[in-house]
Amino acid sequence: MTGNDEAELSRLMRAAIAGDEKAYADFLRRTAALVRGFIRRKIVQGEVDPEDVVQETLLAIHVKRHTWRQDLAVLPWVYAIARFKLIDAFRRRGRRIEIEIDEIAETFAEPEAETVSERDINRALDGLPPSQRSVVSSVSVEGRSIGETAAKFGISETAVRVSLHRGLATIAKRFGVKQFGRAKQFKRE
Amino acid sequence: MRTDDLIRALDADAHSRAMPLGSAWWVAAGAATGIAAVVFWLAIGPRTDIATAMHTMRFLAKFVFTTALAISAFALIRALSTPGASTSRAAAWMTAAPLLVVFAVVLELLSVPAADWGRRLVGSNMVVCLTFIPLIGVGPLAVFLAVLRYGAPTRPVLAGTVAGLLAGGLAATFYAAHCFDDSPLFVATWYTIAIAILAALGAIGGRLFVRW
Repeated sequence: MTGNDEAELSRLMRAAIAGDEKAYADFLRRTAALVRGFIRRKIVQGEVDPEDVVQETLLAIHVKRHTWRQDLAVLPWVYAIARFKLIDAFRRRGRRIEIEIDEIAETFAEPEAETVSERDINRALDGLPPSQRSVVSSVSVEGRSIGETAAKFGISETAVRVSLHRGLATIAKRFGVKQFGRAKQFKRE
Repeated sequence: MRTDDLIRALDADAHSRAMPLGSAWWVAAGAATGIAAVVFWLAIGPRTDIATAMHTMRFLAKFVFTTALAISAFALIRALSTPGASTSRAAAWMTAAPLLVVFAVVLELLSVPAADWGRRLVGSNMVVCLTFIPLIGVGPLAVFLAVLRYGAPTRPVLAGTVAGLLAGGLAATFYAAHCFDDSPLFVATWYTIAIAILAALGAIGGRLFVRW
């Protein structure tokens, strides 16, 4: 299946870069399932919630997608990011782990579905400035489009896009800094 | 927030565009070279007899060493800042500059009487060398660390070290035009120490600043 995943994901990513929004959503959904399978097999102690690492990886993939070159295979890129974020998650909790590079891709690429629980990302979201937080919540949790969000808050679509972009970038950045238990640890930007 | 919710938000942000990392590295290379050139001209400038020196092998060899280091470090840092990219070939090329220096040192030892080795190794400029290579290189190093932050190096300390070697290779290329000590014995000793200072700074910078 790995060969098919690679061909399909790199096709979707290319289409996404060319401006195909549907392709990008498909890419992210399929990538999430693969990364979830990879992460769950790596976490056996139960101290780290796999889904937190999946979300952190997706955010990193999104804000770092300019690091993917079209002549590179996309799966090694995805798994390298997932592995980095997994190690990071363990490190933040004071644990050290070693992950073999060779083990990725082929062995751990079974797609899996999400389980629901309290998320690190919610705490990161809570730490955003109110305007960014409400826009990110509207588009994500409440499922509104950019246009609907703009109408709801009475601001322009451009302003919605800017707030969304900045909010996501800030959430991605704060994941990497330290384990955040309290929203107070965040500095407003 | 469920992962599907997050995906919806990321998808809505799909239109935001950033400069491809490969292009960012070239912009950085241009900016870093510019910074190094300005600091070089303001601080020391080329040696007065550079027109004559250009005709000597030892003088020219210095540029071969330093540009070999800069080019190989540039290739390696590009790979190190891209997740999943293969680094083995670029890493192998990093041996080029040290091997060239070793080769030149052997030639020097064969062609110069042993009584002269000490004088050539110590030279007349080592304090200047140890001061100005790091001084010329520190601005470029900051630029390279910024690009590493923009990229996604999965080994930040290693990538920071290579950023230091790249800044060192660039700075040493400029400094070599100033320095009167052309013996490979001098270069192998003092240039190496000066570049190692930048590499150490790069490693620290990678540890502290290259987060993503």
